[in-house]
Amino acid sequence: MSTKRIRILIAKPGLDGHDRGAKVVAQALREAGMEVIYTGLHQTPEQVVEAALQEDVDIVGLSIMSGAHLPLTARVVNGLRQAGLSDVAVVVGGVIPERDREKLLELGAAAVFPTGSRFEDIVAFIEGIHHER
Amino acid sequence: MSAKAASVRDVVLESGIVVKPVYGPADVADIDYARDIGEPGQFPFTRGIHPLMYRARPWTMRQYAGFGTPRETNERFKFLIANGQNALNVAFDLPTQMGLDSDDPRAEGEVGRVGMAVDTLADMEEAFEGIPLDRISTSLTINAVAAPIMAMYFVVAEKQGVPLSDVRGTAQNDILKEYIGRGAWIFPVEPAIRLIGDTVEFCARHVPKYYPISVCGYHIRESGATPVQEIAYAFAIACAYIDHVVARGVSADDFVPRLSFNFDIHGNLFEQVAKFRAARRLWARLIRDRYGATDPDAMKMKMLAGGGGGGLTVEEPENNIVRGAYYALISALSGTQTMALCCYDEAYTIPSEKASLISLRTMQILAEEMGLCDTVDPLAGSYYVERLTTDMEKLIVAEMARVEEWGGIVRAVSEGLIQRIVAQQAYAYEKALQRGEIVKVGVNKYRATPPSPTTSEEGGRRGEGREVQLHEYRPDQAEAQMRRTAQIRAQRDGEAVSRALEALKRAAQGRENLMPYFLNAVRAYATLGEMTAVLKAVFGEFKEPVGL
Repeated sequence: MSTKRIRILIAKPGLDGHDRGAKVVAQALREAGMEVIYTGLHQTPEQVVEAALQEDVDIVGLSIMSGAHLPLTARVVNGLRQAGLSDVAVVVGGVIPERDREKLLELGAAAVFPTGSRFEDIVAFIEGIHHER
Repeated sequence: MSAKAASVRDVVLESGIVVKPVYGPADVADIDYARDIGEPGQFPFTRGIHPLMYRARPWTMRQYAGFGTPRETNERFKFLIANGQNALNVAFDLPTQMGLDSDDPRAEGEVGRVGMAVDTLADMEEAFEGIPLDRISTSLTINAVAAPIMAMYFVVAEKQGVPLSDVRGTAQNDILKEYIGRGAWIFPVEPAIRLIGDTVEFCARHVPKYYPISVCGYHIRESGATPVQEIAYAFAIACAYIDHVVARGVSADDFVPRLSFNFDIHGNLFEQVAKFRAARRLWARLIRDRYGATDPDAMKMKMLAGGGGGGLTVEEPENNIVRGAYYALISALSGTQTMALCCYDEAYTIPSEKASLISLRTMQILAEEMGLCDTVDPLAGSYYVERLTTDMEKLIVAEMARVEEWGGIVRAVSEGLIQRIVAQQAYAYEKALQRGEIVKVGVNKYRATPPSPTTSEEGGRRGEGREVQLHEYRPDQAEAQMRRTAQIRAQRDGEAVSRALEALKRAAQGRENLMPYFLNAVRAYATLGEMTAVLKAVFGEFKEPVGL
């Protein structure tokens, strides 16, 4: 069990520029005591992986509103594995239809928090997987 | 005072105004009809910019549409026109908005997803095939690459035999708000404003019926701004563009009449109506006093208002049809020129044809069954609405003064100050929502138990009739788009393209207006990606201030 502060990268992969959700969740995680790094917009999956490596994070949170969540999540998860970061959990948020939840989990996402998710649920999940390690 | 009266709860609007339980003549004693309200169609235009408003002509109905290939978009346009819509509003996919061709590696998975893919003139020709550009007014929702996309639109008109002097339409072309919300920026702030100046100057001289900018308070509000900030920041942005164009030696009277606004509607009905009436009054005074404009048309604030995506909910999506109808009512009571509503399924998917039609019918029912077009500004003279209008105007003026104290809107946006303010407010709003301090019916109050299913598949599994149908992304259409663009690259005169791009580059390095260079490159079938790459090489790219 780990007791150090959780480090999390909030990332906006792809071309979508709607960042209200990403910034709102980033603030909620920070208020819950986590160290939050925000990538800014228009990141390629490769740039997200590189940032995860450089920042030595425990968790990567992806915010995707454009509908391209399946290919983008796959590329981030695979990129993390190839970079030797398979212990970094990927959590996906945004406009995610219910039918894609299972697909994202199969691709290797640890959890999906679509629009309307409660902060307490997101925080509890992230603290939960962190403490398992 | 009775126990009941003493126990009424406090009501504070988002803008911070405390609402009294009752308003009366004393509340409007400081408001002078001739000075502050005036006749419709006359300064300061509080009641509306036309003397007869909807009695003479109802608002324009302009639903946002566009997806997949230009062919599919063309079909949806013709469907909407056949159902009585009288103007178009084009959605572009993200690669197009970011100036990337469909076969660019960064476009993977995004081609045709949230709008129409445009790589070359051929795509715009196909999208507007059979749609006369002098009769149907089209709005292009494009910003960072508005100049080359407008050039494509103008060349389509040229090919249809429509002279530029007759071309109608609007481009969003408001880059400063992209840095605050929506995020489809490419270039640094200064060259981005220059591109806007080029389009405005070009239109003032050659395309006089075209509205080259629609300044958007909408996305600023959707990002977390209050109604007062929405107007204040939008006006500050509009003034930044006006200052830039005036500095080129174009008189305000020659282009300000062709600026328009795109505003948001959700939240308290009366606060929104007062916001728009206050904004019209303030804009008229601002343009007259600050820019010395003499043409009354320059002082008339023209607006698109509707939307309200931020007020819609994922939960119980059919409730959004009802919310949309109220937003349309607010829009009509506010004297809008053009209305566009968010569809009830937008929190899930690209709107279905059915959802799109319901939005159109909502506006038509309001115009033709409910009496909203019968008399101008029906809320005028209400003690409450006039008090609110005056108070909102004062608050907007104060917020604009704050922007000046920060060193102006360009600096505040470049440094990320506005972005931080709206993000912090968005977080505070979300917390209040999750605590139930702000009520959303069906979300944090009167929740259905068990919660209603949300998509057709889920509903199908539960054996219930479902309303939201998910739009299917079609990778085969993306492939077709890439093949088509590859074919055009192979067939065009490569040397002519190189010459046009080289000329564009040299002009970008200097100070000339770039529109003639875009037009030439477009005629040679240069791709949007090629033109954008030239500009990136000269201008560089915006570095986002990412601090939270």
